[in-house]
This record gives sequence, C-alpha cells and structure tokens, in this order.
Amino acid sequence: MFKNLRQLASYVGKYKIYAILTPIIVSLEVVMECLIPFFTADLITYVQQKYVVSDAILTKWFISFVESIIPGKPLAVVGGYCILLILMALTSLTFGAVAGITCSKASCGFAKNLRTELFNKTQDFSFENIDKFSTSSLVTRLTTDVTNVQQSFMMIIRTAIRSPLMFIFSILMAFIRGGSMALIFVVVIPVLLFGLIFIAKKAMPIFKKVFKKYDALNASIQENVHGMRVVKSFVREDHESDKFGTASQNVANDFVRADKILAFNNPLMLLCMYAVMTFVCLFGSQAIVKGDIIIGEFSALLTYGMQILMSLMMLSMIFVMITMSAECAKRICEVLNEDATIKNPPSPVYEVENGDIDFVNVSFKYSERAERYALSDVNLHIKSGQTVGIIGGTGSAKSTLVQLIPRLYDTTVGQVLVGGKDVRDYDIVSLRDSVSVVLQKNVLFSGTIKDNLRWGNENATDAEMERVCTLACADEFIKTFPDKYDTYIEQGGTNVSGGQKQRLCIARALLKKPKILILDDSTSAVDTRTDAMIRKAFAQEIPNTTKIIIAQRISSVEDADLIVVLDDGKIDSIGTHSELIKDNAIYKEIYESQTKGGKME
Amino acid sequence: MSRPIANPRGPKMGRPTRKAKKGTFKRLISYVFKYYKLPFVLVLVCIGINAFATALPGIFQQKVLEAAETGLGLVSSGNSVEFALDSVVPTIVSAVAVLIVIYVLGLVAAFVQTRTMAVITQGFLHKMRTIMFGKMQRLPIKYFDTHKHGDIMSYYTNDIDTLRQLISQSLPQIITSAIILVTVLSIMLYFSLWLTLVVVFGAVLMVITSKFIGGGGAKYFIKQQQALGKCEGYIEEMINGQKVVKVFNHEPKSKEEFDRLNSQLCNDATTANKFANTLMPIINNLGHILYVLLVFTGTILYFFDVPNISFSGQDLNIATIIPFLGMSKQFTNNVSQLSQQANAIIMGLAGADRIFELIDEEPETDEGYVTLVDAKYDENGNIIEADKHTGMWAWRHPHSADGSVTYTKLEGDVRLNEVDFGYVENKIVLHDVSIYAKPGQKIAFVGATGAGKTTITNLINRFYDIADGKIRYDGININKIKKSDLRRSLGVVLQDVNLFTGTVMDNIRYGKLDATDEECIAAAKRANAHSFITMLPDGYNTVLSGNGSGLSQGQRQLISIARAAVADPPVMILDEATSSIDTRTEAIVSAGMDALMQGRTVFVIAHRLSTIKNSDVIMVLDKGRIIERGSHDDLIAQRGKYYQLYTGAFELE
Repeated sequence: MFKNLRQLASYVGKYKIYAILTPIIVSLEVVMECLIPFFTADLITYVQQKYVVSDAILTKWFISFVESIIPGKPLAVVGGYCILLILMALTSLTFGAVAGITCSKASCGFAKNLRTELFNKTQDFSFENIDKFSTSSLVTRLTTDVTNVQQSFMMIIRTAIRSPLMFIFSILMAFIRGGSMALIFVVVIPVLLFGLIFIAKKAMPIFKKVFKKYDALNASIQENVHGMRVVKSFVREDHESDKFGTASQNVANDFVRADKILAFNNPLMLLCMYAVMTFVCLFGSQAIVKGDIIIGEFSALLTYGMQILMSLMMLSMIFVMITMSAECAKRICEVLNEDATIKNPPSPVYEVENGDIDFVNVSFKYSERAERYALSDVNLHIKSGQTVGIIGGTGSAKSTLVQLIPRLYDTTVGQVLVGGKDVRDYDIVSLRDSVSVVLQKNVLFSGTIKDNLRWGNENATDAEMERVCTLACADEFIKTFPDKYDTYIEQGGTNVSGGQKQRLCIARALLKKPKILILDDSTSAVDTRTDAMIRKAFAQEIPNTTKIIIAQRISSVEDADLIVVLDDGKIDSIGTHSELIKDNAIYKEIYESQTKGGKME
Repeated sequence: MSRPIANPRGPKMGRPTRKAKKGTFKRLISYVFKYYKLPFVLVLVCIGINAFATALPGIFQQKVLEAAETGLGLVSSGNSVEFALDSVVPTIVSAVAVLIVIYVLGLVAAFVQTRTMAVITQGFLHKMRTIMFGKMQRLPIKYFDTHKHGDIMSYYTNDIDTLRQLISQSLPQIITSAIILVTVLSIMLYFSLWLTLVVVFGAVLMVITSKFIGGGGAKYFIKQQQALGKCEGYIEEMINGQKVVKVFNHEPKSKEEFDRLNSQLCNDATTANKFANTLMPIINNLGHILYVLLVFTGTILYFFDVPNISFSGQDLNIATIIPFLGMSKQFTNNVSQLSQQANAIIMGLAGADRIFELIDEEPETDEGYVTLVDAKYDENGNIIEADKHTGMWAWRHPHSADGSVTYTKLEGDVRLNEVDFGYVENKIVLHDVSIYAKPGQKIAFVGATGAGKTTITNLINRFYDIADGKIRYDGININKIKKSDLRRSLGVVLQDVNLFTGTVMDNIRYGKLDATDEECIAAAKRANAHSFITMLPDGYNTVLSGNGSGLSQGQRQLISIARAAVADPPVMILDEATSSIDTRTEAIVSAGMDALMQGRTVFVIAHRLSTIKNSDVIMVLDKGRIIERGSHDDLIAQRGKYYQLYTGAFELE
C-alpha cells in the first residue's frame, strides 16, 4: 500500500519545495501552539502567587527582564507576558497561514503533475492498452482517483505531520508542567489508541464492501434510468421498485452495521477525555493543596490533555483516509506502470513509398491469454491504388484485419507490409499519416466543423476543407447549416445525424491525403445513393490512393477491384463481384439476403 | 466520520447552488418523524444530555479549584497539609462525584445517540431512495426524454450525499452547539459578566473573520469547480475518443490543450485551497489570542479589584479564571461550528429541495379501466374470463352506466385516425396520420430520421398521449385501456438495447417473470440467440454488466428479441430491432420471428428495405406525413419515393 503512495509522491516535481516546507512550517506552528499554554500557566501562577516569582515559574528570566525595565510594577510583568503570548499567537497564526498556502501549492501542483503524467501516459497507450483498462475506468482514474489522492496528499503533508507532533509536544509539556499527574496519559493514551485502531480495523473492511455495494446500487439506478422504455414496455415498474427496495435495504443494513461500529469512536474519545478531567480534578486539586503542583499547572494539564486526545482522534481519521485513498493510488499506479505495447522502432523509416499492402501468414489474437485467434493465416496482397472491399458477417474480424495496417495492433504471427516494408519498421506517426482509418465507432469532438476537420491536417485551407467535404458528400449539408463550416459540434457529435457524422469523419480522414484510406463500415448510416456518390468521387479524385472498404451491403463493394470474403477470422475467398457471385456460397447468400435492397437514411 | 472522502464521485458539477424553498426543512423533519418518531426524539434527548455533559463541567472545575484554593489558604495560614486536605477533600470528592455522574450520563447519551443516529440516517436515506425510485418508476417517458440522465442520477448520488451529511452530522451538530452555547454562556455569566463580554467579543471577531475568508474562498471555489469541470470534461472526451486520437496522431495536440486546462485548474485550485487551508489556523490562533486577552482581563480585574458582576455574586478569583479558559475554547469552537454548519445546512436543504422536487413530479396519469384478462369461450361460445393462462386474451370492459361488463377478444387490430401530434406545442411532428392494422398484418414504416416513425410507436403504447379516441385497439379507445395492460399486450424491441445487470437468463426472463428456463431457451432459439449464448463462458448463466458490455451490438439485439419473444405478446413493435445484425443472420432471425408472429400484428421500423419487403403494408413517412402506403409490389408499381429508394442504388451505375 505504501509502495504506491511513495511512487505517486515522486510526481510532486517542482512543487517539492512546498511539499517539504509545509511540514517544517507546520512543525513550527505546533511548537508555538504548545508553548502558549505553557507560558499561560506561568502567568496564572505569577498572578495567583500574588506577583511573587516562585520556583514553579520556569520563565523567571522573562520576569526579571521585564522587572529590570519597569521595576516594581507587577502589572507590567503581566502586560509583558500578554504581549509575549499574543506575539506567539500571531507567529503561530502566520506559520499556520503560510503552511496553508504552501500546502495548497504543493497539493494542487502535485495533482496537476499527476494528471499530466496520467494523461500523457494514456495518450501514448496503444489500442491494446486502452482495451485492457476500458475507457470509463480510465476516466475515473484520471478524475475521481486523482482528486482523492490529492486530498490525502494534503492530509499527509499537513495534518499527518501536525497531529503526531502535537501529540508528542503536548505529552512532553504535560510531563514538564504536571509531573506525576501526567501519568494519567500513560493509562489513557494506549486505551484510546488501541480502541481507535481496533474500531477502524473492524469497520474498514465492512465499509470497503458496502461502498462497492453502494456503487453497484447507483449503477443499477443508472441502468434503470437508461432502460426506462424497456421497463415501461414490459410493465416492470413494480418489479424494478421491489428489486431496488431490497438492494437499497441491503446497503442500508450494511451501512448501519459499519456505522454502529464507528459509533464507538465518539464515546471512547469522550470516555478518555472525561477520565483525564476527572482524574485531574480529583487528584490535581489535592496536589495543589499538598503543594505538588500549582494552579497554573492544573490549567495547563487540562489544555494539554485536550490537545493530546484530539491529535489522537485526528490520527485515526488520517489512518482511515490514507487506507481508503491507497486504493485510488493503486489504481493510478496501474496506469502509470503500464507500458505502451506499441513503440517506435530504434531507427524508424519515415517515408511510406506507396500504398501497397501485404499480409503474409498473419494470425492475430487480442490478448496472449485468448484461446482463439481472431484472425488466422491471412495472406493478402493489395496493389497501390486498388479498391478493395471486405465483406463478412458480424464477428468475422473485418475490423481486426484493417486495424493491423496502421499498426493499431501488432500481429501475433506473420507480418503486415505497407509500401513493401514491415509496418513495425516505420515511424508510427509517419505510418499513421499515410494510412487513414475511418473507424466504425467514430467520434467527433466538441468544436466547430473546421476544428474537427483540422484533425486531418492542421494547416488545411478553407478551400482544401471544402474539397474534401465535397468528396465525402458532406459539403451539401454543411452549407445548409446557418453557420456553415463554423457550426459548433457538441461533444460526441450529438447535434448531427448519424449519416452526417459519418460523412464528416470521412472528410476528416481525406484531409490527411493518405496513401491508404480505410473505411470501416463508415457509410452504414448514409443512404445508398450518397454512398455510391462518395465511392464514385473516390475513384475519380483520389485514384492513386489504396482504398479499403468494409461494408455490410454488397452494393458498397461490388464495383471494387478485389473483394475479400471473411468468415470467422479466415479469408474464405478473394475475387471480383462477378467471380464471387458465381463461386462463393457466403457471398451469394449475403447478396441474396439483400436482393439489391437498399438502406436509407 | 462516517465517510471521510465525502463524495467519492468527485465534486458535483453543473448544479447551480440555490436556496431551498420555504418549508423544505419542516417537510424534511416531518419525513424523519414519520418513520423514526421515537428514535428521533430519543436522539434529541441524548443530544441534550450530551451537550450538558460537555458544557457543565466548568462549574465543577471552579468548585474543585476553589476548594483547592481554600486548602492552600489553610496551609499558608499555618495549618498542616493533612488538616487542609481533610477539610477540603470532602468538598472535592462530592464535586467530582457529581461530575462523574454527569460524565456517565453524557457517555451513555453519546453512545445511544451515535448508534441510534446511524440507524436513523441509513434507514431514512433508504426510505428516501426507495420513495424516489418508486416515484421515478411512475413518471412518464416524457420526463426521461426531457431530463438529462446525469441530472436524474445526481438526485441519488449528490443530493442523497448532502442529505446524509445534513441528517447525520449537521443537524445534530447544530443542536449540540446551540445547547452548549446557551449553557456555557449562562455559566460564564454566572461567574463574571466582564470575562463573558471578552469571550463574546472574541467569538464575534472569529465569525467575522471566517465570513470574510470563507466568502473569498467561496468565489474561488466556484472558479475551481468550473475549471475542474472543464478539465475533467476534456479528459472524458479525449479518452472516449482515444482511438480517433491515435489514428490522427493527435496526441501532441491533445496533450498541449490538456496542459492548458490543467494549469488553469491548478491555479484556480491553489487559490481556492489557500483560503480553505488558512482559515483553520487563523481561527485557531485567534482563539489563542482570545485566551491571552482573557487571562489579561482577568488579571487586571483581579488586580484592581474591579467589582465583579455575576449571577453568583462571587468575586473574581483564579479559581474562576481557569475554567473560563476552557469555557472560552468551548464557546468559540461551537460558534465556529455553527457558522460552518450553517453552510452545510443550506446545501443540505437545497439537496432535500431537489429530492422533493422529484418526489412531487407529476406521475404518469392513467384513467384507463379496460383491462387485459386471460379468456376462454364458454359452452355457448361467449368469451368469459379464465383463471389461468389459455393463450387467449380478452379486454374486460366494465360499463359504468349499467354496471355490466363486456369482453372483447384481443385480436391486435390497431387503428390510428387522423392523428396530429407534437412533443411540444407549436411543433407538430405527425400530420394527419391514419393507419389501419388488421390482426396479423405486418405494418412497416420507412422514412428518414425524424420522419416520425418512432413517434407513432410512442403513441401506440401511450408513452405519449394524444386527444381522445384517435387511436383504437380492437375497437376500444386506447385512452380507456389501462396503460399497464395496454403495454403488456405490446412487445417492443428497440434499436438501443438496454440489458440489465444479471445473467443472460435473467435478461430473457425479463419479458415474462415466471417463464421457466425451457421457455427462455426456446425463445432464445427462436431469436437465433441460442448458438452464441451457449458459446459464452457460462452460457445462459453468464453475468452481463454495464448494459451487456462484453457483447456485440448485434448479440445484444438478439437477446432483446428473445426477451420480447418470451413475453409472447399479441402485438409487436420492432424499432430498428435488427439494424446491427448482419443481413445473413437477420434473414435467419426474421424467419424465426415471422413464424413467431404468425397471426399477430407487427409494426416494423427499419432502414434496410430488405427487412420490410415482405410486409403487408409499407408506410413511407416524410416529415411527419404518410406520403405512400401499400405493399412492396404496389409501391414499386407506383414508381414513387419508395421505388426511388429501392432502386436508388442502381441509378448511378
């Protein structure tokens, strides 16, 4: 658990100075805070003993100092004491405030560095890394987990230093001022400490479990909200309410169980506090009479007693908090320690010669542990400038096949060549600049249409953007928007229709002027006529670009130079439309199931 | 310290802070009272006892110290220590004895309070959650269409969390603090007016200081929340679009932009935290200064023999000043507690207000009285109610005029007469739509997104209501049919599949809760889902979570079809139900579906014309109007829009 925390601590970076300063300043604050009751006790003694400097007063030097300046005026001594004490309080205040500021700088800077580190790390992740974590879990790790760790960090450099110091100083002071009376703490402290630890240890596992349950409960609400149409269609409102009621009751019961254990905390603390008070009252007062201690020390004992117990209480809270955030720290470290699985080769090739693609004995599986290969024994040779259609049922690994070309995944067996060279020899950026993929699950980002298009080419001119949009048949609808190319796209592209989104994504990919263009089911929401127009534009305008089209509809691929029929991760057949329609059973079946019917938007 | 990390979901975003309505507090308390009257009263009593136990000891300290002083006096006037002790110990012991009694009471009260409070808090939250959830189930679909799902979720997470804070901590704390304040104030006045004034002055100073710092903090805190929202929004967007980022080599740019947002956040957060972090030490040390002032004032008063004003009429002495020190701490602590909790109370009440808003939301109304019953024919061929499932259903139609009941056989005859409809006024999305679906017919809707296809199905199952009598089901005005029975008679398969956490079997059984495993498997076979389900790690017992995240979209659609199939409804609505299934599989599924739907009415919405080609009637919708209707052959012969669509692919060749 502490290994992770230590690793994270190393990301404090340039804020290290603040992270170190904070505990130091806090310690000074604590010293001041502990000295104040110390001197107050002296002052009270001085007053109580009718302005006689007794043996019990430790700061005789101070009294004689004041008396030497203003002799014979005991009130001046009292005034001097008060000024001294107020100065100490102000010093303590200043230290406290400064520590508050350095602590803010350190913890916010730490969180910033951590976020940057995490974000950069995820940016460098390969598809395989991303799949492993899942996007939602990555988002939580970068947001909630970082916030929690930041909180803990703040706790550690400030309170976690303050409390033990306060504890030690107060005990020290208590013994100096109270002598044998302070022995009560020797009894009370272990009781409280063990009590608190015992309670925390008992309650924590229950809390951990119940928080998980609680999260699951909230997840089930979310599921219900999203699926409300289904719930209502099947008239399952009561069923859902019952199910939820049981789960909620269950969570509540667990919480009560844990809370009831925690409920010992407060009385335990009170018990110890009361014990100290009673002890001091009962025996302290007698000790005063006996002359063992003086009244000022009696008050100091009470003050230190409170401080000691409060700092113990804080310690147990910190303990709980750190253990809880250790979970977050672990999850963050998992991301930070993950190695990007796809890296640049040592001396990469920066130039992709042409759009030739060759698959040589390629087999692929998504993870080492997977039993089945997603692709097996694929051999495929595509000449630069060819148009290739890929067709096959759901799960036949069409997307998998093309994702190997821009090295989104690496082959498990065999090699993929682009422009005659193994993809693993290229500089990744150069390779992906030459191979443009329009992904099946595509995303537009919040920003204007132009902003989105510029992903393809940062320096694209308006004319270039219009050209690619015309090619992708996107220009026609963009022109109908009031703001044309400056139309703002909402996050996730929710304010354009599915077909429009797909066309914008194609335009964006075209702007890269790639040597190879891959459309992964990218026109499924586009009507057949527009689909055909896009393909026609491709044939005329970018004849030298290799085009790979994955499609559900036969009409999208039938005029391709080459059609690959995939079935269950294997190439079933390669040929032209007229060849396949004669010889290939799967192709024929797909063709017939569509019987030249279209889809429309 | 029920939950140290107050809000595990991170700080709330995008919820404007607002003031709670009047009466929210009263209502909240009345809810607590409704379920936990006795425990709540018990807690109140315990809080009272506990507060007194915390506040009263000052008196006894003073007594004990006074006794000690007397003892000291005796010693200094020449008596032996033993004599002095003997004369004061009884006073001390009796004072301490009373103190112990108070402490024990306080301890018991504290113990009972925290444990009872745990039960009340968690039980109350559970009650509120179930009330909210139950209420939510009764809300019309319109509510879910017009509210962001994230906002609805926020009721259950953020608002319930603030409510927890309010009930379990702020409320007891505020009562405790108030009692302690009053008690301590009285005790202080009992001893000395002058010293009390010093303490009150200090307390006022602290409140002003914390208002000042807290106010500045609040401003920057909002800024921090905004920056955090932006930064986390960016993280979410980029990570969700990560694969696109990779494909476009956009990593350097996104890192750059993130750096900008992150630095902004860091700046704002640092400023906000500076305020928050300095407040405590400042208040703390003001307390120390007050402490010193108190000693000083006491000494001056003592020194100059200023006449003391107090209820006790006692003179000021050291024995009085010492407990004052402790009491001043208590007083200021509780004053700052009150001012801190005031904020929490305002936030908690705003949360409660939002929760009440959800609870007060207008539920889905249902005046329907025609119900769906199992039916059979009696000897005379009349339809009568059956007490068990017969495979035949009838509408039970009671007539209020003469008290008679008639039965109409459920056939699946659905008619829409000249329906106009708009989700919002002034924006009509359906114009004059008339549809006659005879029992057993397959009716298809074709048209662009937004043409109104889904709207029609929304009206048939009364997710949205229209004027009376425009839609008739087996001749009955659907507004007269009980919504639950109407919907039970309609099976719906939607494009966006929602699966629930549970096994595959549970999900299929959702269609019919008492279905046997065999029935579910049979339904899965009909939907052509059986083969892939058996290939899942645990077959039908594979647990799905996150809306079936491990499955492909097509597989999820197949499960949702199986779910509808097991319900075995007389009328079925398929809204793009097979859009993500490849055409080969779809052909197999639809063969199964067609067999299943034999003799039942089906409404189909699909992009793919091949899906709907064999429909009895195809309606071509355009901008909310039916522009063509007829069978595939009719429409092809008409050479209209459908024909263009159907042959569109050929034209360009």
